[in-house]
Amino acid sequence: MRTFLIRRLLAAIPLIIVVTFITKALLVASPGNYLDNLRLNPSISRDTIIRMERMYHLDSNNVFERYWYWFWPALQGDFGYSFTKSAAVWSLIGERVLNTLLLTGSALIFSWVFAIPLGVFAAVYRNRWLDKLIGFVSFFGLSIPSVFFSLLMILFAAKTGLFPAGGIHNQVMWDVMSPWERFVDTLWHLVLPMIVLGTIGLAQYVRQMRSSMIETLSQDYIRTARAKGLSRRRVLTRHALGNAINPLVTIFGFSLATLLAGALVTEFVFGWPGLGTLIFDALINKDEPLVMASVVMLVLMLVIGNLIADVLLAIIDPRIRLE
Amino acid sequence: MDPRVEHDKQLAVGSHEKPRASERSGDATVPARVRGRSPSQILWLKLRRNRTAMLGLYTLVAMYAAAILAGFLAPYKYDDARHDLPFYPPMLTHVHVFDEEGRLTRPFVYGVVPVDPQLATYRDDTSRKYPIRLFVGGDSYRILWLVSSNVHLFGVDEPGHLFLFGSDKVGQDIFSRILYGAQVSLSIGVIGILISTIIGMIVGGIAGYFGGVTDFALMRTVEVLLALPSLYFFLILRQLFGTGMSSIQIYFIIVIILAFIGWATEARVIRGMVMSLKEQEYVVAARAMGFGNARIIIRHILPNTLSFVIVTATLSVPFFILGEVALSFLGVGIQEPEASWGNMLIAAQNNRYLNDFPWVLTPGVFIFVAVMAWNFLGDGLRDAADPRTLG
Repeated sequence: MRTFLIRRLLAAIPLIIVVTFITKALLVASPGNYLDNLRLNPSISRDTIIRMERMYHLDSNNVFERYWYWFWPALQGDFGYSFTKSAAVWSLIGERVLNTLLLTGSALIFSWVFAIPLGVFAAVYRNRWLDKLIGFVSFFGLSIPSVFFSLLMILFAAKTGLFPAGGIHNQVMWDVMSPWERFVDTLWHLVLPMIVLGTIGLAQYVRQMRSSMIETLSQDYIRTARAKGLSRRRVLTRHALGNAINPLVTIFGFSLATLLAGALVTEFVFGWPGLGTLIFDALINKDEPLVMASVVMLVLMLVIGNLIADVLLAIIDPRIRLE
Repeated sequence: MDPRVEHDKQLAVGSHEKPRASERSGDATVPARVRGRSPSQILWLKLRRNRTAMLGLYTLVAMYAAAILAGFLAPYKYDDARHDLPFYPPMLTHVHVFDEEGRLTRPFVYGVVPVDPQLATYRDDTSRKYPIRLFVGGDSYRILWLVSSNVHLFGVDEPGHLFLFGSDKVGQDIFSRILYGAQVSLSIGVIGILISTIIGMIVGGIAGYFGGVTDFALMRTVEVLLALPSLYFFLILRQLFGTGMSSIQIYFIIVIILAFIGWATEARVIRGMVMSLKEQEYVVAARAMGFGNARIIIRHILPNTLSFVIVTATLSVPFFILGEVALSFLGVGIQEPEASWGNMLIAAQNNRYLNDFPWVLTPGVFIFVAVMAWNFLGDGLRDAADPRTLG
């Protein structure tokens, strides 16, 4: 197990290098840079611009050189300063990563909590009206664009007043809140974006759960268990569920990328200060250090997420050994 | 037997004058309606019995036809703005068919008195009536670059106005913009999937056929593409092209970026199929006859993957539609005044607009319906292409 973990984390290093190099290459190849905005500002002299260009290493168009200027300090843990926010990149990213993890994590829990029972019901009542209803709901979830769904949710929040319409906490009251109130307030703001983001995965999981449950229920050992006189409920929960869940864990690994991409749109619409909106703004402003560090975080999140999926699979399925 | 199946069977037999050899031989394991038919004919027969898939297909045909005929169906042009009438509420329910005395009459709408332009509140001016007329003249437009005309299906005379789904921030007709936006949003799905399928077939074919180092290198590329969150990749690729381009350039950039990311799924599926197909006798025979690799891949192997290619392609179209919507919504896709379903939703980003004028969300309904229809069709095709069900 330990060697497996170490090997997988080591395998992430070339991936991070490739992805960051491609990102840097695209940034170098794209027209203009961060200083273009400053050039338009008459109060900033040309000398300053040239000095800044040299300081930020924006004067070279050699991809390898530019990458090296980023890579070498980054290797030593120095990810530089954000151009636009004039603060260390790390200090900007930390909180954003936590917010994104909070959103994606709760969305994942949301989709699993609903997908497993729904998928089981659909499989057990196969081709009956309940199955058809669940099938329709999952089609709905699969098809609704997250942009539109988020906007509908905000409209719902604004019309009913039950939920806050965007943001991560109550801006006005936040400073005077007790830790408990802050916790509740954040959860309150989390509900709607969580539902939106969770619904994307929900549909996929329900369909997978249904088909793998149908497959499992047709196995011989299920018939044996029933023949032994075990109750339907016990057969379902003890014998079928554990085996049917395996493919779900596998697609959990694959769906992480979709989840993070979906998080970008959801964060954008709900004004949720996460990694997605940070990268988006950084790209628009060509804030290179910020883009690079965010991309590293993104890849790390993907790699670790996939690792968790593998470990989970090994825990659930004793036939799989991690070596 | 299900009467519909019986009907299909009659159709299937009736469509052939002479029964084919395989039908006459009477192979008991294959149903009569399937015997002697090409795989694509069987696919279509099975698809036709799937009601949700057919519903999806009809919806798509209607939507794409409407997109092609946008100029004719839309009463206004996409950038035709009535600056005096921003956020005019939907008039679909304000089309009157009874006049003041309750008599049935030609449908008409009332003129308008702006009450407070700041708050976009309006009142009907019942003294002015504008009948909705068919085949009225208006802006000129072109259909598929071929037919040029200025006749619109319906409309009202100036200074009357007809905003079936309401108007947006600058007083553009949302109904017309949805029709024009469909041209962008719906065609991106089809063109994108064509390009990405071709790339996917070539790469998948090469990787599966040659195997070895080629396969390894290509599949690692595919895995990286699949592992990355596509939307971030779009954004990073998108800024490569900078800003300040014409809308047609942006359109093609979006298609190319989406296709560049989208081919990976196709390539992986096709590679797997090619790997099993290349061991088949007919491929060995083709090789023995001395055909070149390219010919074997293109003429002998790839055609046999076609049914699966069609299924995966259909199921991937929503990816392209939603990709364009997301990019345009984030402001890096199709720009105003050009209409796309994504950039029309930008107005809803503003909480006040969303709250007071919820009809700005209408394009979202159309995105939803289009994506749902593609999913229905794709799901039906997948079931139909499954060889375990012979109908």
